[in-house]
Amino acid sequence: MHPQRKKRLHLILFLVLAVASAVGLAMYSLSQNINLFQTPTQIANGEVPPGRTIRAGGLVVEGSVERDQQGLGVTFRVTDGQSEVPVFYDGILPDLFREGQGIVALGEVNTEGLFVASEVLAKHDENYMPPEVQAALEQAHQDGKAQMEAAAKEASY
Amino acid sequence: MLNTAMLHLPEIGQFALILAFIMAVLQVIIPLFGVNRGQLWLMGYARPLAVGQALFLVISLVLLATSFVMDDFSVAYVAANSNSLLPTPYKISAVWGAHEGSLLLWVTMLGLWGVAVALLSRSLPLDMVARVLSIMGMVSVGFILFTLETSNPFARILPSPPQDGADLNPLLQDFGLIVHPPTLYMGYVGLSVAFAFALAALMSGRLDAAWARWSRPWTTAAWIFLTVGIALGSWWAYYELGWGGWWFWDPVENASLMPWLVATALLHSLAVTEKRGLFKSWTVLLAIFAFSLSLLGTFLVRSGVLTSVHAFASDPERGVFILALLGICVGGSLLLYALKAPTVASVGRYDVVSRETALLVNNLLLVVMALAVLTGTLYPLVYDFMGLGKLSVGAAWFNTMFVPLTVALALLMGVGAMTRWKSDRVSRLGGQLWIAGVLAIVFAIVVALLLSEAVNGSVVLGLGISFWLIFATCADVWKKSRGRLGKIPSLGVSYLGMVIAHVGVAVTIIGVTMVSNYSIDKSVRMVPGQVETLGDYQFEFTEAGTIDGPNYTSQATRFNLYKEGKNIEVLTAEKRRYHARGSVMTEAAIDVTLFRDVYISMGEALEGDAWGMRLQVKPYMRWVWLGAIFMSLGGFMAVLDKRYRRRQKKEKLA
Repeated sequence: MHPQRKKRLHLILFLVLAVASAVGLAMYSLSQNINLFQTPTQIANGEVPPGRTIRAGGLVVEGSVERDQQGLGVTFRVTDGQSEVPVFYDGILPDLFREGQGIVALGEVNTEGLFVASEVLAKHDENYMPPEVQAALEQAHQDGKAQMEAAAKEASY
Repeated sequence: MLNTAMLHLPEIGQFALILAFIMAVLQVIIPLFGVNRGQLWLMGYARPLAVGQALFLVISLVLLATSFVMDDFSVAYVAANSNSLLPTPYKISAVWGAHEGSLLLWVTMLGLWGVAVALLSRSLPLDMVARVLSIMGMVSVGFILFTLETSNPFARILPSPPQDGADLNPLLQDFGLIVHPPTLYMGYVGLSVAFAFALAALMSGRLDAAWARWSRPWTTAAWIFLTVGIALGSWWAYYELGWGGWWFWDPVENASLMPWLVATALLHSLAVTEKRGLFKSWTVLLAIFAFSLSLLGTFLVRSGVLTSVHAFASDPERGVFILALLGICVGGSLLLYALKAPTVASVGRYDVVSRETALLVNNLLLVVMALAVLTGTLYPLVYDFMGLGKLSVGAAWFNTMFVPLTVALALLMGVGAMTRWKSDRVSRLGGQLWIAGVLAIVFAIVVALLLSEAVNGSVVLGLGISFWLIFATCADVWKKSRGRLGKIPSLGVSYLGMVIAHVGVAVTIIGVTMVSNYSIDKSVRMVPGQVETLGDYQFEFTEAGTIDGPNYTSQATRFNLYKEGKNIEVLTAEKRRYHARGSVMTEAAIDVTLFRDVYISMGEALEGDAWGMRLQVKPYMRWVWLGAIFMSLGGFMAVLDKRYRRRQKKEKLA
């Protein structure tokens, strides 16, 4: 082979190898680091394995916020209108955290079904509804309707 | 009171925008027709049309700002983003506080870049000027049409305008937001010049060293604005979002980082094209991608497809329009590329060990970084679009991708700057650089040991590559100046610019390493009189009270900060409630030195006098942005290089 071509071939092989390993690393790492959004219903039904980092969200249930006497720990429940999930967070809540407001939290479900949040997000707009929460509410609403219809059908038989 | 509705200022503004649109259309057609027919007098229209277009755009922008300053709430955009109580500087910056005004600013800046090209291109052949300005005109046409059709900032609410405005989003009532968007837009839009130069060169078939030389200062100028804009954005997020993060891998941040990475690659690729006449088609492709990514950024931010703190606007009509613009721009330029690039031959050889190879690998690394950011940013959108569910890509992923690539890049930068064009020897480079390598490793380990008892691997790595980069760069300066300090200024302003920019990268890496590994924080419940210790510092919560601002009232807490028993600073953190929207903003109290930031932010009021407080000590925080200042300073020096002007003068004489 022409020495110039040989050099070029080496370079190309090196580049292909580099790119392939970069892509492989990226895809493997991506599969480890995506945080799926789970609705309160999915969590309440035990569809989420404990210890896996997920995003969860819903409306903060009115009257459910309880603070620890010591420290900054706070417990509250989030709902999608169908199921409620208890959430624990130790830290400073965002400015717009309020009962009845939609929030999204990052964290994991423990073995007792408590969602332990490492981060709570509430957007800087009074009327803003996180799209995930919006979708979860609609999903729960539709599920509820479908169940009612099924029950009504059964009753009519 | 002045009746501004009678003055018709917004209507005149809109009319000016329409005139600018007509000018832009003419700027596309006449010069290009002239090029096609070889008519110099038609090509000559490019410059005056570019100036005229910019003039009308500036009139339009100034009139919108006037409507803000005069509190004309009959203008829907003013009513939605201003308030009579808003301080005047914020009334002006509110012009770009939301979608419509941002776009007007975007197109105005495009117009101003056009004027800059028109005025500073005396040495360019007229047909190139005509092509470049015609292509910039095409971008203008698309975006002015977009503004007029979907996002008219001058629309009125008549006949019954509101008494007062809804106020500017409190997050944006801040110095950082006066300067961050215009700077970033200057960078985004500035890449259109590099893009226009690349397409003009493709069209004419004159992809040569002269083209690269014309293109370089423009690309560097845009890159400087991008660098400063991104740093300002990071700084703003750090102090304004109230929890001390300085980079979130938020899609909007990613949208600015991607064009920056590709523009950085483009800068280096242009160097090869200018000096050696190689990588021509690759350079053109990078110029196309850099500008396409800034359009993609505009699409991501402005179409509302994202869920992020920045996405204030959402309207599908706009999204589809920008997507169409993006499609035309990318599709059209790639089509032209496909037709013309095969005729471009790069002649010249280089060895595996040569500066060409070093810059090629640099380009690959930067492009892979940009691709990684692109993947992480678009993955959730694609996943959602395919109906698979909602997910987010965590910051951990971006960090995993960026750390090894940055390490490789920094290692290469140390060698690359010293490597000779065409061909070099590993033994020669080794002879020059082994001392720098040994010193870097020793220093990194010693410093890491001084910082903590347990050696932290990532600190050694981060400091090691930074020291390597600094020492290797110094070794190169030492070698080139033959060890005489007095000779350093004669090495050339653009070489010294590179040195400073590369040291800037090292400074940023040191900052990132230190702040990521040694930041400490705690969230505590505090009552007045209580003292908390964090690291070397004592925080004494002295009092809580209220402060009345012009358009807000804040609950404030005051702290005495002690180090080794000495009171070094009194800090006031605030939680502001803005009257117009009733929204609450945390204003962190930050004590800054070159080597650490102390950051106090207020959480919630608990029962009694107690407050939830977050206390943080962040070592070397300023270095992250200081590095960016170095990089832009380096870029500025490179633009100043007389070489660009001197050679152009010679060509003029010839």
